[in-house]
Amino acid sequence: MFTVLLAIGVLLLLALIFGGILGYANVRFHVEGDPIVEQIDALLPQTQCGQCGHPGCRPYAEAIANGEAINHCPPGGQATIQALADLLDVEAVPLDGDHGAESAAKVAVIREDECIGCTKCIQACPVDAILGAAKQMHTVIADECTGCDLCVEPCPVDCIDMVEIGVTAQTWSWEKPQGIAASAINIIATDRQTEVTH
Amino acid sequence: MQSPQIFSFHGGIHPEENKAQSLQLPLGRPSLPSELVLPLGQHIGQASRPLVNVGDRVLKGQIIATNNGFLSSYLHAPTSGTIAGIEERAIAHPSGLSDLCMVLWPDGKEEWTELNPLDNWQAQDATHVLAHLAQMGIVGMGGAGFPTQVKLQGASKSPLTHFIINAAECEPYITADDMLIREKTAELIEGIEILQHLVKADNVVIGIEDNKPTAIAALNALLSERGSEIQVAVVPTKYPSGGEKQLIQLLTGKEVPSGQYPADIGVLCQNVGTCVAVHDAILAGKPLISRFTTLTGDALQAPQNVEVLLGTPITHLLDYADSDETKLHRLVMGGPMMGYTLDSAAVPIVKTSNCILAATKKELPTPNPEQACIRCGMCEQACPASLLPQQLLWFSKSQEHEKAEHYNLFDCIECGACSYVCPSSIPLVQYYRHTKSSIREAREANVKSDLAKQRFEARKARQDAEAAEKEAKRIARQQATAAKASTKATPAEQAEPAKAPAAAAPVSDEAKKLKIDIAIGKTKLKKRQKELLAAQEAEHLEEIQALQLQVTEQETQLAALEARLSKISATPVVPSSAPDASREKAPVNDELKKAKVDVALLGVKIKKLNKQLADTPDDQETKDKIAGFEKDLATVQAIVKKLGTATAPATKAAPENSTAKAPINGDLKKAKVDVALLGVKIKKLNKQLADTPDDQETKDKIAVFEADLATAKATVEKLSVAPAESSTAPSEKTSSNKATTASAPPIADDLKKLKIDTAIAKAAVKKVEKALKKAEEIQAPEADAIRQQLVEAQQRASDLDKALADAVNGTKTTDSTATEAKAEASVPESSAAEAKPSTPAAPANADAAKKRKIDLAIAKAGIKKAEKNIALLKEQGKDEAEITASEWPAKLLEAQTKLAELEAATDAQSQENN
Repeated sequence: MFTVLLAIGVLLLLALIFGGILGYANVRFHVEGDPIVEQIDALLPQTQCGQCGHPGCRPYAEAIANGEAINHCPPGGQATIQALADLLDVEAVPLDGDHGAESAAKVAVIREDECIGCTKCIQACPVDAILGAAKQMHTVIADECTGCDLCVEPCPVDCIDMVEIGVTAQTWSWEKPQGIAASAINIIATDRQTEVTH
Repeated sequence: MQSPQIFSFHGGIHPEENKAQSLQLPLGRPSLPSELVLPLGQHIGQASRPLVNVGDRVLKGQIIATNNGFLSSYLHAPTSGTIAGIEERAIAHPSGLSDLCMVLWPDGKEEWTELNPLDNWQAQDATHVLAHLAQMGIVGMGGAGFPTQVKLQGASKSPLTHFIINAAECEPYITADDMLIREKTAELIEGIEILQHLVKADNVVIGIEDNKPTAIAALNALLSERGSEIQVAVVPTKYPSGGEKQLIQLLTGKEVPSGQYPADIGVLCQNVGTCVAVHDAILAGKPLISRFTTLTGDALQAPQNVEVLLGTPITHLLDYADSDETKLHRLVMGGPMMGYTLDSAAVPIVKTSNCILAATKKELPTPNPEQACIRCGMCEQACPASLLPQQLLWFSKSQEHEKAEHYNLFDCIECGACSYVCPSSIPLVQYYRHTKSSIREAREANVKSDLAKQRFEARKARQDAEAAEKEAKRIARQQATAAKASTKATPAEQAEPAKAPAAAAPVSDEAKKLKIDIAIGKTKLKKRQKELLAAQEAEHLEEIQALQLQVTEQETQLAALEARLSKISATPVVPSSAPDASREKAPVNDELKKAKVDVALLGVKIKKLNKQLADTPDDQETKDKIAGFEKDLATVQAIVKKLGTATAPATKAAPENSTAKAPINGDLKKAKVDVALLGVKIKKLNKQLADTPDDQETKDKIAVFEADLATAKATVEKLSVAPAESSTAPSEKTSSNKATTASAPPIADDLKKLKIDTAIAKAAVKKVEKALKKAEEIQAPEADAIRQQLVEAQQRASDLDKALADAVNGTKTTDSTATEAKAEASVPESSAAEAKPSTPAAPANADAAKKRKIDLAIAKAGIKKAEKNIALLKEQGKDEAEITASEWPAKLLEAQTKLAELEAATDAQSQENN
């Protein structure tokens, strides 16, 4: 009987000690904020375009954290959806067409001789990438432009074009090799033309 | 001289060397091509910025493009000639894309620009020498094209144990460095000495593969002759011993850690080509405008090494080496291992082009189709960077970028040894290249998105701050008015202590309350006026009197309230009489309300019953009920009508101050809108005129609009001053007083005041006319009195108008003094009006002179413009008749006469003044 009581007592003591340690650790190493929103926000393209229906990327990140679909971000495209799916451990779904189609990276360009200096685009730009003053010509800082499109609509003289950023020798990247599936040649007799599945 | 110790590196392969072909012939010097194409981005880093324009003549060695940032380089004209263009041309790049190039058409004179050698380099400061090297456009000529001055700067930060000169040239086919050493041994050694002077390394070692015996012999001979401390380390032939990291490992036994540079372990590596270029730049002052290139491959009948000008198109070199078009299968820039296929032979030689390989099909066959990896591990054996190519392949295929990075993908030097040994013919290097560029792209996108996020957040913070500042200002303003109000409230309290009990209350509340009170007061006043009218219609004499009393009371209260509000937007005290008045007014108001509610209720009831009736059409009871209700409704409606009908025609008591103010305000607004509209119209027409300068119609229109604009502006001016005065009740008297007294000192303002007075008088006339109309409508006995007033007011207005006209015309009776004007002010208005113009006469003179000057300037400008246009027409080759037909000669004449007139007037004026 004593041994049983002793065992229970020892276990109880251990439980209390570890409970105390865990309780202390919980207070001492408490994490502030909602890290999942930060992680989602880091995956979003930060164009701040509002195509998802939220006023910026962070609000959409918060909405995703609260259960909104992950396929509302056209600028991010399928790559972002895949990354979000991996992060949140949900199924990657195709991009929701209601919010726009995935398009090549673009940059806003102001036809400067047509600009009347109304500053409307400056106010619309979410990343302050348009330079200019009232009654002065405006111009887009191409490196800062996210291609969000938001400046096009407010322009009263329609002098803003969204120009696709073409591939230059500097931005060109190597293509992926065709892979095994591309070759239709039978090297040895036992080669069969079956679909390669990994 | 003892030979240094040689170490070894992991892996490596021994492909067929194929170096002998290109060493059969001596160094060739191709002729000048018809054009040179110089890409602006021949190096790593920012592309150069052009310094010359299309059509400029440049001399050999002249700088034609400058460096564009820290990691950039200069570009020089390889020969004298003309810049034919700065345009997009196909460049030597694996993508086959084009890039901005300068096109130079040689004139064949080979005229050198002034050369500035740095003869006393030993005595020069290192930074000065580096700057000179930068200006000579020296970049690493081994393959990467890294600006040399940047590399040397990085290396000189920490003491160096080894300065290695890379002469290994391990890649098959290429013999350019071999030939360079043989041809320019002395220059090479001197170049090394200059670099050694800059970096001051403990050991200087030339690393050279043992397959270049002639070059080694030449080096050794010269070094022992000079008694130099430079060592020659002969390394065994193995690909890729010429790789920077591999050669360092061979010569020092040290491995460059992952993600670090050779300088971090105290080693600097330079290519032999770079050393010779440094020699040329320092001792001869010659910039980097040519290089040694190997032309080889079985498709060439005369494979050889050439010293070729940068920018020479490859087609020109292929012709020079007798290429056989039929045999040519693949054109490769670089060697067979690390080079890339060129889509076009039109691309030019750049600073990093060490070899052109024109291969036949047999030489470089199309690679076998890719097979599955059999995990043989041969690639691992061959990898000189000790990586796991197989693992990297899996990660690349499945796009697991993080894992690939973790397996040190970025330490891969893309030497191609793994692909060379792979039995499954897997193009491993291509996979790695693709993955590397994907990772780089992702990183860049990340950097960009971080930047966007930063800017977005900064913008948000700024907007929030702005909003907060606005709010703070608003609160501050409120507090300021509160403070003011409280100080004002104290005397008010003393004056009427009973009426001002709560002076300390917050001002915004007070102002609000006051405003509400005013609104209520106004509504009440209107109602009263309506009632009064109704009573007058019904001829209830007692009622009229009582109501009139109430109306006047209400008006005075309202006036007091408004005065308070306008004083400092708020006084804390609400006159206690206002609520009193509202209480008085209450019963009538309530009655009306009640009646209206009754009407609504009855309406609903009738509707309900009607519905019921629709269900049971024969129900007599319901019908009766409806009839009853309808009767009730009629009575109640009558009551409502009685209480609520009739507009309020103001009797003589109806004040001008409140009623007259509103229409004038409305007029003012309207007039302002007119001004704005006219301005817009004129602008539009001006624009139109700019398009069609000869359109007389448009011009006429503009003139008309401008006249309209002037009148509209005058109206605005008039109206904007009118309301200020109209609030003080008997406007005639005050305005007349003002008109007379205003003639005192501040002379410049007199004209303005006169105008204002005229405006006020006109407004008064209008007002009185209105009042008369109303009075006539109700047949009030005061109609005659009002008529009298009207006549008076009209008289005054016309007098003032006259006076204004006189003043504007600048009638001068300069001798009449201010005191006289004042004395006259007390007598009838007409005399006051006469007295007025006397004082503004002096400034009027000054104004007139100014005006004349402006006119003069305008006339002169007109002449100039006309002359210019005539000249333009002449230039355009129009004959005399056409020119005379155009409007300009007429205009010129007109302007000239005007100018003459004005000048005469100015002369007369100045004489008069004298």
